[in-house]
Amino acid sequence: MITTAVQEREHYLNASYGLKSWLLTKDHKRIGLLYLATITLFFFLGGAFATLIRVELLTPQGDLVSSETYNKLFTMHAVAMIFFFMIPSIPAVLGNFFLPIMIGARDLAFPKINLLSWYLLVIGGLFSLFAMIAGGVDTGWTFYTPYSTAYSNSWVIATALGIFIAGFSSILTGLNFVVTVHTMRAPGMTWFRMPLFVWSNYATSLIQILGTPVLAVTIVLVFVERVFHLGIFDPARGGDPVLFQHLFWFYSHPAVYIMVLPAMGVISELISTYSRKPVFGYHFVAFSSLAIAVLGFLVWGHHLFVSGQSLYAGLVFSFLSYFVAIPSAIKVFNWTATLYKGSITYHTPMLYAFGFIGLFTIGGLTGLFLAALGIDVHVTDTYFVVAHFHYIMVGGTIMAYLGGMHYWWPKMTGRMYPEGWARLSALVIFLGFNLTFFPQFILGYLGMPRRYHAYPEEFQVLNVLSTAGASVLAVGYLMPMIYFIWSLRYGKIAPANPWGATGLEWKTSSPPPLHNFDGTPVVTHGAYDYTTVMGEEIEVG
Amino acid sequence: MTGNGHTHIDSTKTYLLVLLTLLAATIITTAVAYVDLGPFSTVVALTIACVKMLLVALFFMHIRHSTKLTRLVVVGGLLWLLILLTLTMSDFLTRGILGVPGK
Amino acid sequence: MADHARAETLALRVQFDTAEQQKDASTLGMWIFLITEIMFFGGMFAAYTVYRTWYPTVFAVASTSLNAPIGAANTCILLFSSFTMVMAVRAGQLGRQRMIVFFLVLTLLFGFAFLGVKAVEWKEKFDEHHIPGQAEFHLEGLPATQQATAQLFFSLYFAMTGLHAAHMVVGAGILIFLIVHARKGRYSADYYTPVDVAGLYWHFVDIIWIFLFPLLYLIDRHLGK
Repeated sequence: MITTAVQEREHYLNASYGLKSWLLTKDHKRIGLLYLATITLFFFLGGAFATLIRVELLTPQGDLVSSETYNKLFTMHAVAMIFFFMIPSIPAVLGNFFLPIMIGARDLAFPKINLLSWYLLVIGGLFSLFAMIAGGVDTGWTFYTPYSTAYSNSWVIATALGIFIAGFSSILTGLNFVVTVHTMRAPGMTWFRMPLFVWSNYATSLIQILGTPVLAVTIVLVFVERVFHLGIFDPARGGDPVLFQHLFWFYSHPAVYIMVLPAMGVISELISTYSRKPVFGYHFVAFSSLAIAVLGFLVWGHHLFVSGQSLYAGLVFSFLSYFVAIPSAIKVFNWTATLYKGSITYHTPMLYAFGFIGLFTIGGLTGLFLAALGIDVHVTDTYFVVAHFHYIMVGGTIMAYLGGMHYWWPKMTGRMYPEGWARLSALVIFLGFNLTFFPQFILGYLGMPRRYHAYPEEFQVLNVLSTAGASVLAVGYLMPMIYFIWSLRYGKIAPANPWGATGLEWKTSSPPPLHNFDGTPVVTHGAYDYTTVMGEEIEVG
Repeated sequence: MTGNGHTHIDSTKTYLLVLLTLLAATIITTAVAYVDLGPFSTVVALTIACVKMLLVALFFMHIRHSTKLTRLVVVGGLLWLLILLTLTMSDFLTRGILGVPGK
Repeated sequence: MADHARAETLALRVQFDTAEQQKDASTLGMWIFLITEIMFFGGMFAAYTVYRTWYPTVFAVASTSLNAPIGAANTCILLFSSFTMVMAVRAGQLGRQRMIVFFLVLTLLFGFAFLGVKAVEWKEKFDEHHIPGQAEFHLEGLPATQQATAQLFFSLYFAMTGLHAAHMVVGAGILIFLIVHARKGRYSADYYTPVDVAGLYWHFVDIIWIFLFPLLYLIDRHLGK
């Protein structure tokens, strides 16, 4: 076990020790790891709720928990997963860690605000956690009025407050990224030499900046209505609950792009590295990221098709919703074209990338079904929708997240993960995922409503399959937890560039030094230039 | 040339002139509100408000001397507000126009 | 070339290469923050637009219950405060440290004056029973069937002016912070960025009020005569 080389050289992990050096750090790399710890905890919390949901759904009767409790379970599953795991995940862990390095900067523009962002996530998380422990919230993560403002007796305010605070975490991270990309690129790092991971995070940051404040003010309005009995969504006073839905989804639809765009950025990096080819159509992929960010703001009414929204508005939103699929499709085509005549290797990150492309495509296509007004009337609020968004968020984003974690693990920790176990867990996750969620498409199409803890007998077989899949998926997720921690002590020492990849992060050591580089880099060529000799071609495999 | 373009320092006189214009606009908009302009009342009020906003932004917030990026950011923000208002109103203005119950 | 041993100063933090880069970043950062504020207030403006379009008469009658001359005077107070704020920034550009403090203090005083008037206006609403959600709510000039809808106007009035006032309070806190530092001589022609970006925030809050005033106080005033 060779550890002396790593121990002698100073890098960001051993530059200082002690709790204060972590809790008061301004180093974007350490902050990325702080986020990693936090979101992993919330992933387990959300997973625990999911487990209870799936166990309840093993039988057609509502026999494990009461319907009120079940309402709390699916609400808290979504709140934990969306706001405290998915939205921070790739940007706050991988983006924080690598965006500055990828553009040749020493840190983000505002390191102290970066740390504040993490504290805001933690504080928001504590509020929501308190609400969960104190009795839970049962409104659905969508908090529709008037139930949330007037009738629910659960911990609405505490949960909403937690989300409000976490929202500012998201806004400040987005602000930090945008300013950093505009003002801190190294000499020679033009916009079109930046890795596509940076483009994706930049586009994501735009969404965070423009969308999250509307969620924040919506929460404020729910708060004042619930506490001070102002009447903004109250039908008895001429208010319209559908207005809440407009304001809520104005953020929450773009929010799904906050969750998937960074994942797409990871995939661009993985596909390129493990095909040893530049991403095909770099400019198209870069502009598609921006297009998704912009178009994503024009479609929110497709969540309101059956809410009482006018038919005319429904037509407009349905029409616009088809357009937002186009840039996503462009990306999928470009990734596929990248593979053509590439020199492909099947390391774990690449397996996750393949999984993403397949599952995201399925999820995205089913989104088109839902965008069609006629179809949506039948499958809205059924398990079809549940399957659709889990295919994208879990089959898509979480796969990309795991792919990125494996890809950059050597760089972050200086250790290799065990390739055999990693490939196995990728396979387990893929199989478990499909077994969990494919039956749900069928269930939804057959008419099983979502958010119900009891269902007709004839749906039981599919539900049992889904729960079986969930247990496989859980095993799959536990495996990386175990071997990643194992690798910190027993993993092979990682070289600077284990994959032979391009990109500034592979030019610096594993783990990187405190200020990322031993001198400001000067960039002379594009992001995926496999023709010039970049790093040393160390063991690939 | 800094990003802010602050090689240029505006004079006190400029700022005073802008202030007086803003105060005058406030008095005008208040007075005009008492005049019956029908549907144009709102248009006039909002136009005056926009003029005031432009004066504050251009002179007090120095957008006159700012970079193109800053202006793009501001325009972007206003555009996004417009998206929110327009698409939301596309629902609320068209409720019931089709004469179909519930639509 | 980055020198990691370089001592960090206010004007040049270690992550930046030049003071100009830092100033550009700070200014861009504040502008981006301001557009998040546009969207934050924007949600309430959206609610206002919806309900004013649906209930034009109710909103007009409710609007006349507000005191327009007081509102206009308060608007002028805030405009004066924007003037003194930009004069403080100008003092920073010129490096005139005593002048920075002078104008910041004036801005703060105008801000307090605005909040004071606002508090009086709110108290008036309490006394007149124009508080939504109260059982005693009653707006003169409207029939009983429209009383409930009138509460929508006042809900928006309190929500929007309340949110605005909260931003003023934060602004006042920032001004106090700046005044304390300015008195210690922290700002100069080379480094007055905090005053500059605080000014941007202050002007933005002023612009919000520039729109709130006509939208809340001046709806079809001619009807009231």
